[in-house]
Parts: sequence; structure tokens; C-alpha cells
Amino acid sequence: MKRRDFLRAGSLAAGSLGLAGCSRTPPPGLPPGQLLGPSQALGHRLRDGTGFPAASETRKVEALIIGGGMAGLSCGWWLKRQGHASFAVLELENEAGGNARSGSNPISAYPWGAHYLPLPGPEAPELRLMLAEFGALKGDPHALRPEYEERYLCFAPQERLHIHGAWQEGLLPQFGIAQAERHQQQRFVEQIASMKATLDGRGRPAFATPSARGGSPTAALAGISMADWLQQQGYDAPSLHWWVNYGCRDDYGTDYRQTSAWAGLHYHAGRHGQASNADSDDVLTWPEGNSWLTRRMAQGLGDALQPNAMAWQIEQTAQGCSVLVYLAQENRSVRYLADKLVWAAPAGFLAHVMPSLPPPWQTAMAQLSYAPWLVANLSLRAPPAERGQQPLCWDNVLYGAAGLGYVVANHQSLQLHDQGCVLSYYRPLTEATPAAGRKLLQTAPHAYWARSILAELGRVHPDLPGLTEQLDVWRWGHAMLRPTPSLFSSDALPRLRQPQGRIMLAHSDLSGFSLAEEAHYWGVRAARWLLDHKDEFA
Amino acid sequence: MPYALLFSVFVVAACGLAYELVAAALSSYLVGDSVTQFSTVIGVYLSAMGVGSWLSRYFQRDLIGSFIRIELAVGLLGGFSAAALFFAFTWLSGPFLLLLYLLVFVIGMLVGLEIPLVMRLLEHRLQFKDLVSRVLSIDYLGALAVSLLFPLWLAPKLGMVRTALLFGLLNVLVALWTTWLFRHELVSRRVLWLQGGSALVLIVAGFAAADRLSSIAETALYEDRIVLAESTPYQRIVLTRWRDDVRLFLNNNLQFSARDEYRYHEALIHPGLASLPWAKRVLVLGGGDGLAIREILRYPQVESVTLVELDPAMPALFKQHPALRGLNGDALNSPRVRIINTDAFRWLESQANAYDFIVVDFPDPTNFAVGKLYTNTFYRMAERALSARGRMVVQSTSPLYARQSYWTVVQTIESVGLQTRPYHALVPSFGEWGFILAGREPYTPPQRLPTGLRFINADTIPGLFNFPPDMDRTPAEVNRLNNQLLVRTFEQEWKQVQR
Ligand SMILES: Cc1cc2nc3c(=O)[nH]c(=O)nc-3n(C[C@H](O)[C@H](O)[C@H](O)COP(=O)(O)OP(=O)(O)OC[C@H]3O[C@@H](n4cnc5c(N)ncnc54)[C@H](O)[C@@H]3O)c2cc1C
Repeated sequence: MKRRDFLRAGSLAAGSLGLAGCSRTPPPGLPPGQLLGPSQALGHRLRDGTGFPAASETRKVEALIIGGGMAGLSCGWWLKRQGHASFAVLELENEAGGNARSGSNPISAYPWGAHYLPLPGPEAPELRLMLAEFGALKGDPHALRPEYEERYLCFAPQERLHIHGAWQEGLLPQFGIAQAERHQQQRFVEQIASMKATLDGRGRPAFATPSARGGSPTAALAGISMADWLQQQGYDAPSLHWWVNYGCRDDYGTDYRQTSAWAGLHYHAGRHGQASNADSDDVLTWPEGNSWLTRRMAQGLGDALQPNAMAWQIEQTAQGCSVLVYLAQENRSVRYLADKLVWAAPAGFLAHVMPSLPPPWQTAMAQLSYAPWLVANLSLRAPPAERGQQPLCWDNVLYGAAGLGYVVANHQSLQLHDQGCVLSYYRPLTEATPAAGRKLLQTAPHAYWARSILAELGRVHPDLPGLTEQLDVWRWGHAMLRPTPSLFSSDALPRLRQPQGRIMLAHSDLSGFSLAEEAHYWGVRAARWLLDHKDEFA
Repeated sequence: MPYALLFSVFVVAACGLAYELVAAALSSYLVGDSVTQFSTVIGVYLSAMGVGSWLSRYFQRDLIGSFIRIELAVGLLGGFSAAALFFAFTWLSGPFLLLLYLLVFVIGMLVGLEIPLVMRLLEHRLQFKDLVSRVLSIDYLGALAVSLLFPLWLAPKLGMVRTALLFGLLNVLVALWTTWLFRHELVSRRVLWLQGGSALVLIVAGFAAADRLSSIAETALYEDRIVLAESTPYQRIVLTRWRDDVRLFLNNNLQFSARDEYRYHEALIHPGLASLPWAKRVLVLGGGDGLAIREILRYPQVESVTLVELDPAMPALFKQHPALRGLNGDALNSPRVRIINTDAFRWLESQANAYDFIVVDFPDPTNFAVGKLYTNTFYRMAERALSARGRMVVQSTSPLYARQSYWTVVQTIESVGLQTRPYHALVPSFGEWGFILAGREPYTPPQRLPTGLRFINADTIPGLFNFPPDMDRTPAEVNRLNNQLLVRTFEQEWKQVQR
């Protein structure tokens, strides 16, 4: 979609505002479905300042963690693991998980956001411990090449790309690509391999995941966009540009012209995980995506996790932190008094709930911008017919499309025969500004998305629209922090990482890009801080 | 007038024989055992004709009207007999034989009525000796014509459905012609015209639809020799017959040929099960045809056989279809057999140390879905379901045509901590075929085997374990869910064989 079309679509959609949200009877030719998303009403109420009830009760805890996404849950997981009991994790939604939440239907569970975890490298020992605890990693979690549970390693065949009218294996464009372009691709891959092996001044990998355990962004890479860096290095092959841009959109929801080269290269050079029973680029995945992890973490927390609890005002005093929390189901507020506080919700939201924001954080806020995303799950009676040699894969990408393609949610099913399939379609709204994208998300009706998605996928699977029985759409207005050159060349991230008095932030935002490993790292770090531990692994 | 009636005798006789031949040919194609089918069908038909002739005495008045009505009935019944039998066979496999004989009997009886009635019509127009000689000789001539035409031209060119309809049409035309001839003597000629016209319309409509009926049935018999084709939600099941050989195809892959399946199934079961004289509980994964179970049931000490088969249509077919029940010795109806229609992989997850002998008889790894059933994750679960001293046997493609694939399966089974004993046997319709025995303890070949085996005996068993150089072990990697090496290897190797 061109930028112009996008804006026009936005205004068209805005015109049909009244339709948004309700689509019981779909227009003819379109499958039924729902428009879903995180509870926006509460968020708006917060920003509008239209008030919440006053506190009717006071609760005391040593540590309070706000936000039950990957980061907040990891924080609680580590606390519990170290035997700490006096804490609470508050989650606004009715279920923890944040961007890793999922849904399910009779065919399969399916992700609404994060759906896979790359093999964690030696830089992520806590994450490996957690995987071992959950039975996804077997034997020694600190082994150079641990063994993973093969039911959770992505099954073959893994990836294919639809390009020039046919499916090819793998995502790097090869089919119908000229020799000269392929040489450039080769050079890029080699350059990445050498970056991957580069160490920083302290002997750590220059690019590591979590990024805090690797080198700091260098000025040369931080302030330039990934697109410009490619040009600067003499890469002009369109297929390579597409591939690199795809990577930025896929992991960061951001066009490569707005992505810092440091982040763009991190995507390719920052993974050092290996396995004794899988290739290093294999990933862990489940039908429900990463909520396989967050559900287990949430379960471990038991009563310490409180869903339907939204922090709406935070104050820091000499004695401790006072937090007003709205309990949506009871329609009342309670006051939490805590010695220490971890803000594990998006960093940018803190400004809305903390009137007296510490000045170092205050200045950082201006650098934060969030990417809007859309995820749709399509339930099909049967998998679309295949014409070529390449069978349906886990990840199926369309060259040059607005969306990122689709993942087959039930790919990890052990059944020989499923009753249909669920395709999870991903689309970052990178064609226009984040604000325009959010506007479109707020206003476009279900039929608009259904039409656009079916048209896009129908180009390569003519039978897909007819096979689709349900098409649900999830809108993420502020899905993830955008790793822009200006963010990485500012001191915003280092400032946000510094605790202020009794409050520390813990969220993937602190990395500047949104990855499960990053969220996990910041969560565990905050737990150590709460426990006054020296860093075991740092 | 007499000549016209005599001509109709010719037609009527020809039609009678034609229906008989159609029924006999059809039933021998569908049910098999042509000698029995031909003689029983002809027997029933002849005796029914006798009954019809005897019943003719009860026709007193309106002989012409009765003759015409009988013609119409024969025409319709006989004309649609082939189509009806095909559909009965495809959709109601149970009462097929009953329907066949019933139909043959009714047609035979009606035909048996015809000749006496014609003779009585001609009674006053010819002398008795002339009457008998002419009617009977023309009757035999009509039969002769059809018996020559049927195998030479009708069956191969027109097929069963159309042949039957063609003769049905002739019967109806005779009825109409007779109505015209006797239009002045008939009391209820309006009604007869109407009935005749309707019958004509029906038969013509039958011809129009014959193409579609044929594509289901005829081509099956004469081109593909398909006796059954069924698409279930899981696969396409096709059963073919060619002379005495029955073959089963699942998704176009040959599963067995009745001619040599005993070699396959004896080799699959006996080297393993005969070495476990104490084995009581047996599990069969895949193999809903019951042929492996037929071999297992030869062991009296086996108390229960659990068959896990995804597609309920398979065991249902092999439980009911007469020819298939003959093939598997009615194994699936044995009280020792329990059938579970579910996905083997998911089901295995919940089984622990339960089975003394496990038979893994899945289709070849031709796609990624089936390929999952050949991975270490699968064998790990199968291993868990094995009792302490239990043993498992796995059908594992051909060590000759797909050598790398075969040894990949061996390597994969060994990777879950089981000791393997690979072996192979020659099954002509597949070629050299491979199996793998696996267990926690070393294997010693059995000395005693059940009686009545045609392929395996104590002398042939040791030879199965020798691998000549062209199919001897080659280094291979473990087949995992996340690499599915086997599917790729198998595809490449099989492509080379076909080239
Ligand atoms: C569409 C999409 C696909 C993705 N795919 C992947 C992937 O495949 N792999 C991967 O590694 N990463 C992926 N990600 C990135 C994903 O964001 C991270 O992996 C990770 O889940 C982020 O966790 P977090 O805890 O940092 O943040 P969040 O998930 O944002 O968690 C924050 C939590 O705080 C809660 N909260 C907010 N405000 C309040 C309040 N006032 N009071 C109480 N609670 C509050 C929120 O409800 C939320 O649960 C994806 C993201 C998106 C949007």
C-alpha cells in the first residue's frame, strides 16, 4: 500500500467510525470476526484525567511490580525463585502476558503478539534457567549447546517466501534474483557474520541478547538509519533492501528508514544461541506463542499476581511508594504502600500516572515513540491448496506485501491431521506516522481489515478467502518502542535504566527494542535490585 | 401378428440373459471369486424363472395387458439393475449380496412369466408343435446373440450400466410395440400407453445420467479396475481388483497387494512376536487393514490387541467388506481386538509401560505430516509405552531403494536409547522391504513359529538379518521434528528410483 492510499483508507475508515467494534453480521463475502485489543477505555480515562474512585483500602507490600507482561512476570518469577514472598504483580488486563497474550478456538491456540523465542545464548542464563524449569530445556542450562525439548523447537519446514509468483525456501530472496544482487546478499551475510564474532572493549560480544550484556551502541551506528547504512556500505540490491527492511518491520514494527542501524544490525548479529539438537537459527515456538511462557510464569506467581488491577497514580515519598490502583471488577480503588516499586509497564505510560516524574526520566520521555501493530487470526476449514514444491511452512512471507505474512499457529501440532488451521497474520503499520497508524486502528471497521487481509493473502492463495470461517483482528496501538536513530543517539535509554530513588523501570522498552529476552533481562534485573543482590551473572 | 410376437420373444430372451450376465459379472468383479458368483447368480436366476413359469397359470384374463406390464417391469428393473448394484455396493457394503440375489430372483421370475404368456397368446394362432418349436428356438437364438455380444462388445464398449439400460430399453420398446399391435383388443390401453411412456422416459433419463454413473462405476471396472473409492476426511482409500489380486491404495500409495501381502505381514510380525512367548498385550499403530493383526492373532497367549488408527473408515471397511474380511481372516471382529480411532502421536503420550509388543506400521514418510511419526520424539514416546522387556517393530521403507532413509530410521530409533535389529524381506509388489526391531534387551531370533506360515520359518529368519553390501548400513543423522531429514532424503531417493 502506498502512503497516499494508506491515508485515504484512514479517512475513509474514519468516516465509518460508527461501525468499528461491532460486526456481528459481516458484509456479504466476508467472514465473521471481532475487533479486539487491549482495554483502551481505561487508558483513555487515565489520560483524560476523568478520574477513578478514591482508595477504599490500603495494602502493604515490600515490593510492588506494575505490569504483568514478560518483564513484570520475570521479575516476580525471580523473586519467587529466591524465596521472596512479600510482593505483588499488578496487571491492568484480565490476564497477564502483555504483548505475549493468546487466544484459542477448537482448531488451535494462537498468538495475539509475540510468538517465538530464539535460542537464548550464554548471555541469557536466567532465561535458560527458566526454560529448564518449564521443561523446554533439558540437561545443563549453562551448556554451550544445551538440548531443547523438540516438541517446542520449530518443526520443519520452517520458512518460505512467495516471490515472482512462486514459493521459495527461506526468506532471503533467491528465486528470480539476479546474480549481482545475490553477490551483495552474500557480502552482507558475511559482514554480519564478522560483526557477530566481534567483541567490545570488555571482551563481550559487540551485539548480544539481552543487549545490556553486549557492547554499547557505537555513535557511528546509533545515529544513522539502517537504510542509510546499507547505502553507505555500497549495498543497493533491492532484494537485500527488502529483506533488511523486512527484518526491521518484523522485529521492531519500524521501517528501516526510521530504524537505527545499530538496532537493525542487532537483529542479525545479536543472537548467539546454539543447541545440541537444532541449528542455531532455530526458534522455540508454541501454538499459543510466548504465552506458553507467560502463562507458566503467571501460574507460578499464584496470588501474588493480581489481574484487573490498574495503577493510576504513583507517588514517591521518603517512607516509600504510594500507588493508587483501580480494581476494574470491583469498581473501586485501593492504595498500595510499598518499600520499592518496579514499573514493568511501557516506560512512556509512566508520565500519565506519575505527576512528579523524576527529571532524568522526564527528559527521556520526549524520545519515546511507539509503533502501532495489527495481528489477525484467520481460522480456515482446511489449509489452502498448494501448487508448487514448497509445502506450507511455519512462517510464510509474501515479498513486497504490506503485511509480514502469516504463521501457521497449529504448525507445532503433533497430530497427523488437524480439523483445519489457524493462520496468524502480522502487520506493523509502518506506511505512515505512528499517530496516523493509530488513528486508522481506532477507526477502521472490521470489514476494512478483513477485506485488506483477504485481498493480500488471496493473491497467493486464491482459495483462502473461501476457506476462512473466522477472522479476528487485534489492534495494538502502542505495541512497542521504535528504535529510531534519535533514540539511540540520545541518552534517553541510559537514563531510563537508572533507578530513581525507590523506583526502577523494567520493560523491554529499556533496550530500545521489544524482544522477549530483553524483557526477561530487565525483569530479573529489577528483582535483583529489589533483593539488594549483587548481580550473579552480570 | 404371430411374427411380431415371435420377434418379441427373441428380444425378451436376449434381455433375460443380458440381465443375468450383468448381475453375474458385476458380482464377481465386486465380490470376487467369479466361479462361485457366476454359478450362484445363474442358479438363482434359473430357479426364479421356474417359479415365474409356474406362476403364469394364475394369469387368466387380459393376457396381453399382463404381458405388457411384465415387460415394462422387467425393462425398468433390469435396466437399472447394474446401477443399483453399484450403488448398493459402494454405499451399503453390508446387504450387498442379499440385494443382488433378491434382484436376480425378481428379474428371473418376471422373465419366467414372459415365455408362457407369449405362448398362450399365440395358442390360437399357431399349431402346438409349431408353437413350441418356434418359440423355444427363437428363445435360444436370442440368448445366443447376447451371450456372444456381451463379452465381445457390450461389456467392454458400453459397460455394465449402459448394457443393462440398453436391454431395459428393448423391453420397454417391446411393451410399447405390443400395445400398438393389440391396440384394438386392449381394454385399458390409455393407462398402458401412459405406463409405457413413463418407463421410456425413465430409461432414457438413465442413459443421460449413465455417463456420471459410469464414471463412478464402469471406468472403475474396465479401466482402473477400482472396486471402491472413498474419500475420508483423512485420506483417499482406493481398492482395486485385477483378476484375483486385490490392492489397497491410500492417497495413491500402494499399501498391499493380496498376492504377496502375507510376505510383508509375516515378516513384520513374526520375527518379533515369536521371540516374546510371554507377550500378552500388543499395540498396533497404523495398519487399519487388520492384516498385521491377523498374524498377531495366531499367538494364543496374546490377550489383547489395541489398534490405533486415525481413520475410522479403514477398520470399518475391513470389518465389513466380505472380500476384505476374507483377506484379514476377520481379524478386526475378533473379541481380542480393541480399535481406537484417534491420532497415534497424541494418544501415545498418555501410555506408560503398557505394551509387550508394539507394531509401528505407518505409511511411508512422503510428507511432513507423516514424517513426524518417524522422529526421535515419536520413538521416545513409543519407547515409554513399551513394557520392560517389550519389543517394537517399525516398517521403515526399503533399504535397497531408499537406503539412506532406512538407516536414518535405524539411527533415529537408536538415538532414544533402544537397541535395534534391522532386517529385510522381499515383497514383490514393494521390492526389498525393511523393518527394524527395537528393544531394551538384545534380541535372539525365535526357534518356534506359529504353524501355517507361508514365508517365515525358523530357517529363513536368520537370513533376514543379513544385509548385502548394496543395502548395508550407511552413516545417517537423527530425524527430528525440527529438521525432518527423512522426508527430504526419502523424496530424493525415491525420485531416483522412478527415473
Ligand atoms: C505483534 C507483536 C509481535 C511480537 N512478536 C514477538 C516475538 O515473536 N518474539 C519476541 O521476542 N518478541 C515479540 N514481540 C515483542 C514483545 O513485546 C516482547 O517479547 C515482550 O512480550 C514484551 O514484554 P514486556 O513485559 O516488556 O511488555 P508488555 O508486554 O508491554 O507488558 C506490559 C504490561 O503492563 C501492563 N500495564 C500497562 N499499564 C499498566 C498499568 N497502568 N497498570 C497495570 N498494568 C499495566 C500491560 O497490560 C502489559 O501486560 C512482539 C510484539 C508485538 C506487539
